Amino acid sequence: MNKTISLACGNGGEENNELISQVFYKAFKNNILDKSEDAAIIHNGELAFSTDSFTVSPLFFAGGDIGKLAVCGTCNDLAMMGAKPKYLTCSVIIEEGFETRELEKIVRSMKKELGINGAIVVSGDTKVVPKGSVDKIFINTTGIGEVLKKGISSNNITKDDIIIVNRDIGCHGAAIFVAREGIEMSSSLRSDCESLFPQVKALLDANIKITAMRDATRGGVSAVLNEWAKQSNICVEVEEESIPISDEVKGICEMLGFEATALANEGTFVLAVNHDDAERAVEILKTFESCKSAAIIANVTDAYPKKVVLKSSWGTSRFLDTPSGELLPRIC
Amino acid sequence: MMEQLELKNLYDGFRDAPTIKAYAKLIEEDAKKLQSPINIMEVCGGHTHTIMKYGLLQLLPKNIKFIHGPGCPVCIIPKERIDHAYILSMQEDVILVTLGDMIKVPGSKGSLQDARSRGADVRFVYSPFDCLKIARQNPTKKIIFFAIGFETTTPMSAALLESVIKEGIYNIFFHINHVRVPEVMRELIKSRDVHVDSYNNKIDAFLGPSHVSVISGSKIYEEFPRDYNRPVVVSGFEPVDVMQAISMSVKQFVEGRCSLETQYKRVVTYDGNLKAQELIDTYFEQRELFKWRGLGNIPKSGLKLKPEFEAYDAEVIYKDVLPLGEIEDHKLCICGDILRGMANPPECTLFGTACKPSSPIGSCMVSSEGACAAYYKYGNLIK
Repeated sequence: MNKTISLACGNGGEENNELISQVFYKAFKNNILDKSEDAAIIHNGELAFSTDSFTVSPLFFAGGDIGKLAVCGTCNDLAMMGAKPKYLTCSVIIEEGFETRELEKIVRSMKKELGINGAIVVSGDTKVVPKGSVDKIFINTTGIGEVLKKGISSNNITKDDIIIVNRDIGCHGAAIFVAREGIEMSSSLRSDCESLFPQVKALLDANIKITAMRDATRGGVSAVLNEWAKQSNICVEVEEESIPISDEVKGICEMLGFEATALANEGTFVLAVNHDDAERAVEILKTFESCKSAAIIANVTDAYPKKVVLKSSWGTSRFLDTPSGELLPRIC
Repeated sequence: MMEQLELKNLYDGFRDAPTIKAYAKLIEEDAKKLQSPINIMEVCGGHTHTIMKYGLLQLLPKNIKFIHGPGCPVCIIPKERIDHAYILSMQEDVILVTLGDMIKVPGSKGSLQDARSRGADVRFVYSPFDCLKIARQNPTKKIIFFAIGFETTTPMSAALLESVIKEGIYNIFFHINHVRVPEVMRELIKSRDVHVDSYNNKIDAFLGPSHVSVISGSKIYEEFPRDYNRPVVVSGFEPVDVMQAISMSVKQFVEGRCSLETQYKRVVTYDGNLKAQELIDTYFEQRELFKWRGLGNIPKSGLKLKPEFEAYDAEVIYKDVLPLGEIEDHKLCICGDILRGMANPPECTLFGTACKPSSPIGSCMVSSEGACAAYYKYGNLIK
């Protein structure tokens, strides 16, 4: 570990994993935490429990804002464990001088998103700190959900499963990067920020045999696939051509030298479902407006355990690694 | 009305599977006619990246090998220069600005990323022109642009300086680390003749980076087939480009030719961008020596501001705080051999163990264009 914490330690990739395992897991070690799921499963498997803090710049971006993000983020973590989001807490840390109108706008989008999930905020906390102590506003939400289907876990994926993604990937990361100060670019890109519970519920209602789900937030789809490969001791073989990526996201990646699989998402999730149900799951997802490009992207094999292999359409293959480092545009 | 050009038009077709496969077949057929194996050096890190990312080595016959060259602008910056950047960033009222992953490379005091976490104001920009905005927003600060890159990025630094002078901006300064491609290619050929090359991998041909030639023209490589008997093919960066360029190189050997050819005809001309060349000549001159990481001092390979612009030269203004002594590289790191094309990344004992992208020891692991980072990231263990 480095002596000081760098921005790369919060990237959702390799350095982030190192920080979590060497500092937090080491100190807090217990059976539930060790499962390393999106949300902890507690109370005899009946409840899902998760927390997330939100810092984003800019606060308002195409397709959402920090408020929508704060509710989606925690509710999605619960949904990924097959749970219905029920009760949330909401803590905010606000920088002195922040405009009340903006705060109201943020809270309004939180309320709207809570409605979509059928969840309510039941407790909260507010702190105001001197100018410069935080960047405008930080929000933490913690949520409890009721598990609708038990046994969903990233540790149980086998060769019987097929890997699916619910929509085109990378929109959030690309949109935020373009909107960031210093990158002078305009685009029609919108963040994919969205509550995933309605999609999960549709899949559960149709009795799709879901083995695992994970929302591809920081670190993107490649982080999820790598985590799964390690947790379930499998090899994930991805057909590169089959990964849905919009032309806009591809364009940004080309220009800045990024890989879409490493870009963050806020309404994109990866599913491992039994191969008998894979086609049907894709059809169900496609009934949602944002999921027209839902697709099967990978098989599970034992070729290279704990590794993700990316196969090109001209017959070559390479490993797809966990993203590492801060996202930086290439030089030339 | 003209149809709008979309970004995808620039790469669609250049990643076409049937075309790539057809070139692979053509290369295989031609390679059978070769009397001895050939080693092609791709000078540029961008090409290394393409070769590894698209798995092109897997498509080549055994008698065609690649030697990865030193053309990664971040990788070749020596620790001494990174220390300069680090020290400058720590000066009072300074905002240090640089490009992309330069901020990750460790010097002897740490990286610019470390400087940032220790309180320095370090920013990366996509375009050097963003410095103008930073300077306007921070009138009481001194903006120092730590300029890096080959011929591709040099004109942008020159254009920035031109704007600074024209607009009378008083708070932008430059620390120049621009380097040139032909000088290092020459050095690689010459040093190989002097060194005992234990890897027996002499460079038989070069792939020239096309974006350099967009600026400087293909003319800068004329000397290599003429004086050194090494064919050069100026190549684009998409997989179809690189496969076609390899095929063109192999054909030269099969047909007993040795010449300068351009694969990337859709943009590269013989003369290049004369306006950009003029801009460079107006503000920059060659340094007697520039130290490259791993390669040592190479004559005339680096640029600096002309003396009449020293009022903008951070190396002159801050000369009292910038050390001139040399710093040794890590003992076990073989980045030097890798940058010379004399070793492959997996031959390094540190590769993938002590040295990873998240904790790089040598420069080749730092930038995504470095050979070690490309090998680590894309594995290429699969045959």
